[in-house]
Amino acid sequence: MSGPATTVVGVDIGGTFTDVFYVDEATGACGVAKVPSVRSDIALGFLDGIAAAVADPADIASVVHGTTVGTNTLLERKGAKTGLIVTKGFRDVLEMRRRDRPKTWGLWGSFQHVVSRDLSIEVDERTLADGTIMTPLDPSEVTAAAERLIALGCEAVGIVFINSYANNTNELAALEAVRAAWPNEYINASSLILPEIREFERASTTALNVCLQPILAPYLGRLRDNLAEAGSKADLLIVQSNGGVMSAETAGQLPVRTALSGPAAGVIAGAYIAEAAGFPNIITCDMGGTSFDVALVSEGKSALALQTSIDFGLVIRNPMIEITTIGAGGGSIAWVDRGGFLQIGPESAGSDPGPVCYGLGNDRPTVTDANLVMGRINADRPIGGKIERLDVDAAKAAIVTHVSAPLELDAMAAAEAIIRVANSKMAGAIRLVSVERGHDPKRFAAMPFGGAGALHAGAMIRDVGLGSAIVPRYPGVTSALGCVIADMRHDFVHTINRPLDRLDVGPLDEEMVATAARGFELLDQSGVQFEGREVIYELDMSYIGQTHTVAVALPVSLADGTTSVTEGIIRTAFESSYRATYNRLLDGIATRILSLRTAVVGRRPKFDLSALSPTGGSVADALLDEREVWIDNGWQTTRIYDRLALPVGARIAGPAILEQSDTTIFVDPGLGAEVDRFGNLVVKPDD
Amino acid sequence: MVDPVSLAVIRGRLEQIVDEMDATLFRAAFSPVIAEARDGSHGLYDAANGDTIAMGKTGLPVFIGAMSHAARAAIKRADADGGFADGDIILLNDPYDGATHLNDIKLIKPLFRDGRPFCLLASVGHWIDVGGNVPGNYNPTATDIMQEGMRIPAVKLFDRGRMRQDVVDILLANSRLPQSCYGDLNAQLGALDLGERRMIELLDDYGADVLAEAIAEIQARAARQMRDLIAALPDGIFSFEDNIDNDGLTDTPLKVALDLTIRDEEMTLDFSRSAPSCAGPMNVARGTTIAACFVALKHVFTEVPANAGCLEPIRFVIPDNSILSAEAPKPVSGYTENIMRTIDVVFGAFSKIAPERTNAACFATVNVLLMSGRRDDGSDFIFFTFFGGGLGANPEGDGLNHGNAPIGMATIPPVEILEAAYPVRFTNWGLRCDSGGAGHQRGGLGAIYEIELRADAANLVAFGERAVFPAFGILGGGAGAPNRLIYDQDDGPAIPRLGTKLSGVRLTKGQRVRIESPGGGGYGPAGDRALDDIARDLRLGLVSPDRAERDYAVTIAPDGTIARPAA
Repeated sequence: MSGPATTVVGVDIGGTFTDVFYVDEATGACGVAKVPSVRSDIALGFLDGIAAAVADPADIASVVHGTTVGTNTLLERKGAKTGLIVTKGFRDVLEMRRRDRPKTWGLWGSFQHVVSRDLSIEVDERTLADGTIMTPLDPSEVTAAAERLIALGCEAVGIVFINSYANNTNELAALEAVRAAWPNEYINASSLILPEIREFERASTTALNVCLQPILAPYLGRLRDNLAEAGSKADLLIVQSNGGVMSAETAGQLPVRTALSGPAAGVIAGAYIAEAAGFPNIITCDMGGTSFDVALVSEGKSALALQTSIDFGLVIRNPMIEITTIGAGGGSIAWVDRGGFLQIGPESAGSDPGPVCYGLGNDRPTVTDANLVMGRINADRPIGGKIERLDVDAAKAAIVTHVSAPLELDAMAAAEAIIRVANSKMAGAIRLVSVERGHDPKRFAAMPFGGAGALHAGAMIRDVGLGSAIVPRYPGVTSALGCVIADMRHDFVHTINRPLDRLDVGPLDEEMVATAARGFELLDQSGVQFEGREVIYELDMSYIGQTHTVAVALPVSLADGTTSVTEGIIRTAFESSYRATYNRLLDGIATRILSLRTAVVGRRPKFDLSALSPTGGSVADALLDEREVWIDNGWQTTRIYDRLALPVGARIAGPAILEQSDTTIFVDPGLGAEVDRFGNLVVKPDD
Repeated sequence: MVDPVSLAVIRGRLEQIVDEMDATLFRAAFSPVIAEARDGSHGLYDAANGDTIAMGKTGLPVFIGAMSHAARAAIKRADADGGFADGDIILLNDPYDGATHLNDIKLIKPLFRDGRPFCLLASVGHWIDVGGNVPGNYNPTATDIMQEGMRIPAVKLFDRGRMRQDVVDILLANSRLPQSCYGDLNAQLGALDLGERRMIELLDDYGADVLAEAIAEIQARAARQMRDLIAALPDGIFSFEDNIDNDGLTDTPLKVALDLTIRDEEMTLDFSRSAPSCAGPMNVARGTTIAACFVALKHVFTEVPANAGCLEPIRFVIPDNSILSAEAPKPVSGYTENIMRTIDVVFGAFSKIAPERTNAACFATVNVLLMSGRRDDGSDFIFFTFFGGGLGANPEGDGLNHGNAPIGMATIPPVEILEAAYPVRFTNWGLRCDSGGAGHQRGGLGAIYEIELRADAANLVAFGERAVFPAFGILGGGAGAPNRLIYDQDDGPAIPRLGTKLSGVRLTKGQRVRIESPGGGGYGPAGDRALDDIARDLRLGLVSPDRAERDYAVTIAPDGTIARPAA
């Protein structure tokens, strides 16, 4: 080691590949690496990736990690066996939900949360809405409940008492009683996870959090151990669903906040890259091995949602970037259903065994296999590196067996059908976030990333009517790049539920100061260096009588131990937010503050994208080869370029294929591609 | 001819506009019936004939058809004045003209382009109180509409851009909760503002001619799609009937009977054999019945878009003076209860036509519960909530437990929000064991809600259905458990004289009301249910051992092993 550790490494572990992006903050030098994920031991792929990127682990200052472990665990209902201890009369706090159904039209569908109904146990206790304890807790009853859950095989437990947002004395007493009996630390009290009014949302968030803890906490611990063993003293940071990072320690306690970790990092990076390139309106399309994630960035800003559902009724209430996911990735399996319809996914072969062409044991064809058979992927230069050569014949044979035969198509027609159906599924997801929300697609550019997205960018332009596509220089590692640039962010919520004219501003100010202090403490504990710190305060407010609130940003800042917030500041801020939202104010009706939301942000240094810009090179030198590629019912001779060897300003007419180590870009006939000054490729229709 | 991409974009934008109007109202509303139960809706209508152009999908689907009738009433009103003027807004709640019931306040605003109305923007929301004998207006013993609240024919709320304060004053003077109504009125106006802005953007982008052409094409495609779907069904006459418990006054069932004819690509729904109009509030206007059928058909044909086109190949036969075609002054406040029976009857008929598309009957009651009184601090309260129940089992699986009613996407407010807002405490909030109808696929479970009054006293009103006639099963499936209501009185627990309809009862501090809501019907014979599914129901406590043995004809050994003895 030559000096202080200055390298920041972003690691995004997807189902198929582990992507790495690193930058040396002292020199500005950067680079990428990509290795296959190891499904049986995800942490292994993590170390492989870092080793592939940085020679000496001692040079690493921090590792920032985006993970899909949490999401996949929830979707597959593979979290720890979890019990709930609840208020008497509320065994079904999860089962009752908010009395909804999956779809407006059609009354079918079912609901399954992560806590089985027989593992929800009531104890006699009651707090009222004003915080009064009506029935104190008998800790021995909680102990008995905990022992029963242990006997039933529970590894994790949530405690959710009604009105604990108003007073959590009983919940904390129960927490203490469970701790004395429970064999591990996977115990959550709902008021510590989400001290917010709304029992179902709080219960659901708590149950999901605690069922993930026994999966995420050891996983993150192993990553840290592995790093240490490799000789690194790096901090480990985890990307949250809100697009900010947190320490691994915090992530182990609040794993539910990683639900959209990897995808959120990608959106952060996408928005940053696109805005620099002059595209403030983009739709990010992250296509990895198992899923296709779409997010809309309008005028450089990605929308935050207050809550999301991972699946019907699997509600997580925490601020997060709005991302729409469908099961269509490179590893998604193509199959013909009983009605004779070709379907893509949601089952995926992931990276292990992966597509048929990997030769690792899967024999059912995937989207990647179809792309390979059509010549769009180079069999001799598979991305990722661990596999030497892709097996075209095996891929073709699988397509013939599983798609050609039932549909009575020849092999090439079947391969093309797989791509068409996959494209239309992806186009539907893009329409959902753009057209169907009133955005004109012509104003938006697709930003494909993930290993497989850029193969389908042309189809997105054609099928949805997007104006263009912008392919970042390293599309396969965009989420990893997002890890490197994301700020640290901690969100807090606290329910107040008081009329503004009966609010005592003093305690509110104290709460705001104390919350900021908690956030700063977390920033300090992370050991990360920040360029600046910021506290963002918002109140959820309404007129008294309304049940929904508007988000009221408070124009206050922390100085000398006070925010200097006043009733007048709050009233003015409310009126301006309300008017902006509804175009009117309601005279003579008093207002109420429901909750205080605080975000504490530590600004991390931004990476200068011009470091990615290509230097020198020529189109002629970048031309690698020509090969036959299947396009619109026939083979066409197509030029193959080394994407990274193309100079700034290079123009390539479709059809063409641009290869690079972490992705393959297919430029359809009728489209043209140009390299911009950051090395991004901008793809547009010819006319 | 509009190109296919523009057509798709325009359709998406029209749907987006009305969804955004819905969202604006739900967020800004005061009435929890709008804000949480989403009892409201927005749509765009043809300025000449009131046909539905687009309809929000987050509100109450039943308004899809119903608002078209309100739009027609507004057009009629404007025609009497020589047509709409730019800046007019018409308000009405007349159920005979504009469908549904008095709480549903409908605002209709013409959108002007090039000096003439291009289309109508409409907003409807359920105001919490509009006068009448009973707070909240669900009056189970009303015998004419005057007892249900104030009736407002189509009147001008805005005249050429100016709000008529005199009209607003009349509205607010006739409500027990004027502030809530004032807030809801403003929320609806906000939704209309937003819809107008968005429509103007759309018109600027495409021009009135292209937009009109696109709208016509979207409707024509929906009609074509509906015709194709009907053509794929077997021809014939398929009949089904069910009963409404009673009319709130006398203990006599009221029949809802459907004879559904499929012929080539057209369908006729004939309700001639249904009961005549009743004395109590279980009637609905003809427009409401048509709207209900539309909802049922949308649940069966989920792929058809929600515009007037889908009704084009469908005929209705609803005789005069039926409970399905009430005229003034027949009471209609229980309209939700009536139409949900109609919807289930349509499902029942379809179980004979296309069982692979159909579910069994649902809990089909909004189970209104109202407690009104005075808080300790002297302020008045009206606690008013709808409850959920089990959905019908379907070919794919068991019915959903504690679902929302087929007529809407209403959610129930969280217990914590209710306890913070009203002097009540929930002592039970859970699934109702054994309430799902037995079957190969089991009906969804209803729920138990037990609520304790914490104020000194309150008046109690309840308005529910399916206490006598439970949710039926189809294809051999069993019925769900019926609705039950139990309330404390000084001399002990009591039940209503007529099913789950109740008024004129006083509760005092500490007394409780308990609703056990109906489960959904089963699908297919109980004998076909897999033993593993029965075992899971037992383990999760969804079915009790006694009922499993009885309903599914199984034996449960002391070690828990389940067996089905050979018949």
